[in-house]
Amino acid sequence: MRFVDEFREPELITKTADEIRRLADSKRHYRFMEVCGGHTHSIYRFGLKDLLPSNIELVHGPGCPVCVLPMGRIDDGLSMAEQPDVIFTAFGDMMRVPGTRGSPLEYKARGMDVRIIYSPSDALKLARSNPDKHVMFFAIGFETTAPSTALTLMRAKAEGIGNFSVFCNHVTIIPAIRAILDSPDMRIDAFIGPGHVSTVIGCRPYGWIASNEEKPIVVAGFEPLDVLQSIVMLLRQLNQNEKKVENQYKRAVPWEGNRAALKAMAEVFELRPYFEWRGLGFISQSALRIRASYAKWDAERRFTVPGVRVTDPKAAQCGEVLKGVLKPAQCKLFGKECTPEHPVGALMVSSEGSCAAYYNYEHRKRAVLTA
Amino acid sequence: MCLAIPGKIVELLDEDRSLAVVDVLGVRRKVDLGLLLEDPPSTGDWVLIHVGFAMSKIGEQDALEQLRMLTDLGESEAAMEEAQGYGLGGP
Amino acid sequence: MTSAISKIRFRDPQIEMAHGAGGKASRRLIDGLFAPLLFGSVPTPLGDAAHVNMNGTCVAMTTDSFVVHPLRFPGGSIGKLAVNGTVNDLAVSGAKARALVVSYVLEAGLPTEILEAEVRAMAEAANAAGVVIAGGDTKVVEHGKADRMYITTSGIGNLIPGLSVSPAAVRSGDKILLSGPIGDHGITILLARGELDLEADLRSDTRSVLPMVEALAETVGAGVHWMRDPTRGGVATSLNELAHDCGLGIVLSEDAIPVRDEVRGACELLGLDPLHIANEGQFLAVIAAEQAEAALEALHGTPRGRHAALIGEVSEQPAGAVLVRTLYGGSRIVDMLVGDPLPRIC
Repeated sequence: MRFVDEFREPELITKTADEIRRLADSKRHYRFMEVCGGHTHSIYRFGLKDLLPSNIELVHGPGCPVCVLPMGRIDDGLSMAEQPDVIFTAFGDMMRVPGTRGSPLEYKARGMDVRIIYSPSDALKLARSNPDKHVMFFAIGFETTAPSTALTLMRAKAEGIGNFSVFCNHVTIIPAIRAILDSPDMRIDAFIGPGHVSTVIGCRPYGWIASNEEKPIVVAGFEPLDVLQSIVMLLRQLNQNEKKVENQYKRAVPWEGNRAALKAMAEVFELRPYFEWRGLGFISQSALRIRASYAKWDAERRFTVPGVRVTDPKAAQCGEVLKGVLKPAQCKLFGKECTPEHPVGALMVSSEGSCAAYYNYEHRKRAVLTA
Repeated sequence: MCLAIPGKIVELLDEDRSLAVVDVLGVRRKVDLGLLLEDPPSTGDWVLIHVGFAMSKIGEQDALEQLRMLTDLGESEAAMEEAQGYGLGGP
Repeated sequence: MTSAISKIRFRDPQIEMAHGAGGKASRRLIDGLFAPLLFGSVPTPLGDAAHVNMNGTCVAMTTDSFVVHPLRFPGGSIGKLAVNGTVNDLAVSGAKARALVVSYVLEAGLPTEILEAEVRAMAEAANAAGVVIAGGDTKVVEHGKADRMYITTSGIGNLIPGLSVSPAAVRSGDKILLSGPIGDHGITILLARGELDLEADLRSDTRSVLPMVEALAETVGAGVHWMRDPTRGGVATSLNELAHDCGLGIVLSEDAIPVRDEVRGACELLGLDPLHIANEGQFLAVIAAEQAEAALEALHGTPRGRHAALIGEVSEQPAGAVLVRTLYGGSRIVDMLVGDPLPRIC
């Protein structure tokens, strides 16, 4: 078993797609939201939409942690890169996200020390091997990534590594889902739940979606079979008028989540009273900040940041696309001023952003196939 | 950044079992097991890796069961159609 | 000449790493700045080598710079790349390399043994490729003004009889032939930098593709419509350039594209697409449909062409773009490389 190829097996995919066709009520139009950017990416990469009947619509949710960061926060992080002897580190996805005066990569071209890393531990390693510099890690991500940042901070503290800090932009998924459901323009029938976030938080936190909001939610894996099977499970629930939380990704997601990960997060982080999300506005208790006990490693305390709120360019409709109100192609800038090569907003940069996914996989396909 | 992939533990690197070498399709990478210390994995176990950390163990039994369920999909339907054909009623 | 100046379409205020990545930005720089000013009188699309008519004989010439970091890596080194890269550019333009000249830019402080190792590597590679190194030049710059060494090679060759490749020759229905597994070089370099905690049994695929091109010329000849070596930007970029140049579409079958497990694994771990990764010992060929099987067999008969595969075909749609079909009926458009995930790869 390799746990990848088996879940891309063509015959099984065909069978599952057939089952979806069988279960989907032709008189209904289904709107399923996949919350997590990783699912958006999978859906496009594997061409899964081609396998679904036309009455099942997949709506992309705000689960792309790069996309939901307001430009002002990116500027704040980059202002730290401008300080002397600072090494700015971040994951690859962050590197081309535009701030007001350029992206991290553009800052690098202008001479600032900007480096791509693949793990928070890489940043700590850089700090250990560059004692005369300060390494700042621009941390983003949902609960999937936060525990790794937390553990790295715990290690920095334990080892007394003083030339390391984290600019914490971790956000939490539940308030984002709540904001979607509270939004008057949204009509979602059911949710494809975030598989990897759930390895940390488990499946319990979604209970209110089923009981209060009365929408089915299936926690899903990311291979084609996972996504398709989750749609089967959602259709079954809807057909039987059930509203429950189910775990499709059993092989990787424990119902109770990862206690050690949650403990690490609780040790290092606390909830901010509120945080601004691009497109969704200020949401209370939706993001993490570093506790006072770890103040020495909190970049926000060590550096003075401008903290200026920067609104998106007027014509950019990042917010509405993030909420799922608009499809990427409906944004006025899509494909013209805003493309992967010269992105206006983060949704066109991140591999999980719906605009980038749509542009790269779908938009050009449509444009050329209908030409 | 939901990108997480399965890898097999091929070597445990230190005493307190928090660093391991994991193999993904022949590529070996050092992965931090610090989040799995409550039930540490052993050599040969599969884990889900995200930003250099193991997030959970991957259960082979669960995976096999899932694949079995999917394989049965067409068959249970065929069985139902057969049953209906006998006039034994159906869903 | 003011008319030439007015045709400049390159608007970027400064040069970025992406302009050297072989993808979209590189293309913009070439099409928007170099072409209008330097190649104004050349009507045909730019290829891997220039074919110059000298008193009735057609001679192919090309040039390439090598700035790879690190200098040495499993499977090769900068010197080996410098020879094979230029031989290959000539080969895929339909020419047999006869002579190279080499130019070194060296950083003061570079240990002589490193230079010697590279010069030896070049001599060896030239010998293996059947090409002569006829001359060269050396410049030394102050410490800190170059990263150890940069090598430029320029090559000249004659046309291989029977071959005449051009985007204009490509027809709908033609098949796409790939000489072997992709991504080996780019991933090897990435791992060799040692910045990632990744290890794999991978080597750069750097080698001369001339023997394989000659095999094609012998068996299929005029049936070869187009060739390219997918270096920076990978197969996706090369095929997008073709689609753009010939105005047709390219449809690939994902499962037909040979990729080693280790390359797949590294790409999964790093979020990269093998189709965008540089290769230094592979080439793509577009073959007339009725001769595709013969072409494949011809490659399989060469010592290093065992893994050659037919990976797709040319079609009317999607015009100007490259479509990849998955095994189970899904499909996606794959674009040229955007940005520069793997800088200084060759």
